[in-house]
Amino acid sequence: MPAWLELIVRVVGVLVAFLTLPLIVGQVEHKVMAHMQGRLGPMYAGGFHGWAQLIADGVKFVQKEDVTPRDADRPVFRLAPAVALVPYLLALLVIPLGPGDLVGQPLDIGLFFVLAVVGIGVVAVLMSAWASANKYSLLGGLRGAAQLLGYELPLVLAAASVAMAAGTLSLSGIVEAWRPWWLLWQAPAMVIFFVAGLAEIRRPPFDMPVADSELVFGYMTEYTGLRFAFFLLAEYVGIVVIAALTTVLFLGGWHGPFADAQLGWLWTLLKVFAVAFVIIWLRVSYPRLREDQLQRLCWLVLVPLSLAQLVLTAAVRLAL
Amino acid sequence: MSDRSGMPGEGLVKGLAVTLKTMTSRSTTQQYPDVAPELPPRSRGVIALLEENCTVCMLCARECPDWCIYIDSHKEEVAVPGAARPRQRNVLDKFDIDFSLCMYCGICVEVCPFDALYWTPEFEYAEYDIKDLLHDKDHLGEWMATVPPPPAHDPHGDPSKEETTAARKAVAPARPAAVRPKPGPAAGGTTP
Repeated sequence: MPAWLELIVRVVGVLVAFLTLPLIVGQVEHKVMAHMQGRLGPMYAGGFHGWAQLIADGVKFVQKEDVTPRDADRPVFRLAPAVALVPYLLALLVIPLGPGDLVGQPLDIGLFFVLAVVGIGVVAVLMSAWASANKYSLLGGLRGAAQLLGYELPLVLAAASVAMAAGTLSLSGIVEAWRPWWLLWQAPAMVIFFVAGLAEIRRPPFDMPVADSELVFGYMTEYTGLRFAFFLLAEYVGIVVIAALTTVLFLGGWHGPFADAQLGWLWTLLKVFAVAFVIIWLRVSYPRLREDQLQRLCWLVLVPLSLAQLVLTAAVRLAL
Repeated sequence: MSDRSGMPGEGLVKGLAVTLKTMTSRSTTQQYPDVAPELPPRSRGVIALLEENCTVCMLCARECPDWCIYIDSHKEEVAVPGAARPRQRNVLDKFDIDFSLCMYCGICVEVCPFDALYWTPEFEYAEYDIKDLLHDKDHLGEWMATVPPPPAHDPHGDPSKEETTAARKAVAPARPAAVRPKPGPAAGGTTP
């Protein structure tokens, strides 16, 4: 296969994953959340149990008027949704789906790249918040910035723990080095990474920046139509990325009960959807954290715990 | 948080269990326009009129708290063969219920001495014009087809009045019925 064809295949593959996985997760969220609340959820769109609800939503968003507030900083305001979306697309590029070559772009510093790129999200939040010329947007954006900067620390420390255990920064390398007993050894890091990841994508119970009952819709208040849809899409791609990272770093990626070489992609996808289900489950079950509780959890619980995990990892690594 | 007993994080697990349990049990949503709701037979949907039973006694119209029943009638003479005089009989000309005024108290159904009014569970008679909520006697008569059979008698409840009187008649006074002679010239005419 010529290099350019391979490149196109890989990029198209990542793009397809980028466009379908969030929709599947979104649809699952609709249905799971509905059933957890004793409802049925969408039942009409598409005929069979509302499978096309999100497509219908997309069509609706496209038809909506694209409003930019008069006092808004127009270029920044218009650019923010793209800045929110693109990092996750780049992150999907380096997350391995299966063993060997089943990855958009194998990268030796994959973990470093993913964490750096996911960190760009805070820029999008601040851009949309400042550019909207709206006090609710600004409040939401500042909350978001404080939250994202705070939770970046336990996220990186937890990821560093597993990178230290595996002795590599390559995501594929980490999966290869992974052993089932790491589930126990790296369990605190996994919980910390998962919780910090939830906060990183501003999912309930960490949706203080959005907080629709007090801040209208946080930094997304002034957005309409397609740009708003981009923010929503970014949230769901965020779920996929965080679930995929948790899978790859802590749940053994393509390691499954049998046929890792052939069915690795299936095990990875199954784990990703299982983690995504837990993310939805937590959203339905728990109320939103207050701003001070949010910061307290980060600085007084997660950061010390992740440091302790780092020490534990180093000790075990040296002892072995 | 700290004043409660139990393991730390117990509440978090309980919350997850509640949502998981709700998810795995059947949801109670009724798919209304697609699936008709199963209403109990005594639901107060709309009032049906059995015109043959109505004697134009006007009790319903008088008892109606918001006066939403309009009745017109005239008297007709019916010649009965063998009778000395022709009988008079009320004929119903108009029987309207204005469902835009009706408050579904059911007093008219309760007071009707001849069982001419019935509740039916039909409720889909919304109209675009409020005037169309005035149902005339033909419209009210159409609802009769939807009157459900009365619910079965509660096995633990008291027997109905009709049943007790029938039972009493059947057991105790077999004598008066037997003693009472058949009316007619052959019986001797001892009784009036």
